[in-house]
Amino acid sequence: MLSLLPLGEGGAKRRMRVMTPVLALFAREWRIAGRIGGGASVGIVFFLILVVVMPFALGPDLNLLARLGPAILWIAALLATLLGLDRLFQADHDDGSLDLVINGSPQLEIAVLVKCAAHWTASALPLVVLSPLFGLMLAMAPAPLALTAATLAAGTPALTMIGAIGAALTVSLRRGGLLMAVLVLPLTIPVLIFGVAAAESASGGAAPFLSPFLALCALSLAAIALAPFAAAAALRHARE
Amino acid sequence: MRLRAWDLTIERGGRRVIAGLSFDAPEGAALIVTGPNGAGKTSLLRALAGFLPIEAGGFALDGGDNERTVGEQAHYLGHADGVKSALTAGENLAFAAAMLGGDPSRAAQLAALTALGLGHVVDFPARLLSAGQRRRAALARLLMAKRPLWLLDEPTTALDVAAQSALSAIMRSHLQDGGILVAASHGALELDGARELRLGAVEGAA
Repeated sequence: MLSLLPLGEGGAKRRMRVMTPVLALFAREWRIAGRIGGGASVGIVFFLILVVVMPFALGPDLNLLARLGPAILWIAALLATLLGLDRLFQADHDDGSLDLVINGSPQLEIAVLVKCAAHWTASALPLVVLSPLFGLMLAMAPAPLALTAATLAAGTPALTMIGAIGAALTVSLRRGGLLMAVLVLPLTIPVLIFGVAAAESASGGAAPFLSPFLALCALSLAAIALAPFAAAAALRHARE
Repeated sequence: MRLRAWDLTIERGGRRVIAGLSFDAPEGAALIVTGPNGAGKTSLLRALAGFLPIEAGGFALDGGDNERTVGEQAHYLGHADGVKSALTAGENLAFAAAMLGGDPSRAAQLAALTALGLGHVVDFPARLLSAGQRRRAALARLLMAKRPLWLLDEPTTALDVAAQSALSAIMRSHLQDGGILVAASHGALELDGARELRLGAVEGAA
């Protein structure tokens, strides 16, 4: 475990040896996502469907729509993230390449972090970038849209990392997506609460923006630090 | 360097598949694991690679790296190829080399694929390869990085006669370099001096 983060003078060579497989794993994830889509585009399409259908379901009351806008964006981001994470490890497990990653060069914890980073940049980052456009579709005022996007940018890493724990736990189950969502949902509720609180205060609510936003950042940082260990332990103990 | 196992007991799916197994494989030794279907050949190989926990006993690679598990010092090739359909054969090997600490360059990819008669498919997406070609592309990763121990689960599945000869040549070269080979197979693998480790099916729970 000490070789997890090679620091110091003698660590320079070991750092080089860690970087190449890390970059190779990141590049591979992007290449696969680019060629067959999969989790990334599923999330974006789901987000789009939810946001487009909401105004029809809620009716022509623009005030209601604008008030619910931040919550709708956040729920859509949460569900889209959970939907896409199902295949995070399962695809590798099914074709045997997970064995290579578990026994491979970077520690499994780092490999999990890299896979989640690749997944986030491929699927959650487009949501963050597109959220101002979707906010306009939900009749939200244009000014606070940037801050709403910022709350999504701060909170979706937490959703991705927490979801990765669920994905790792259900890796050997067929159609484990439902169980994964059930396991992971309680842990994502705090992220949702702080995210919506920050987004609503950005849209003109009375509550301050900074305290829920900073709490959101803290949740993301904690998830990034802790989730890889939980997910790696789950993958190692798949007992297959 | 030798691979030693003592009193191995392995359970899989709640069923005891291997009980009290011991063996010893020195450098240059080939151990062919045989037995009927369900005897525990795959379970044994996965346990040695570290994916399946053992209930009792143990195993060790004497003379290897004490900081790493046996599985991290071995090449493991299971029933699932570990070949990604969306990537080309060359890209799969480059990734495997990066994970295994080998040389991911195109020259190394071509050399490995050519040794298995697949030099011409280096830029083909793996989903366009036949079953035998996929298996050979998976076997090519044995040549992308040097490992002292090879754990192969039925490596000749889907291979034609020419490919089986190429594989046997590769395995002979590995053994001559002092490597250890543990392979589950229904056939002899054309290796002289290979020892057989026969597993019998254990009926019921012990």
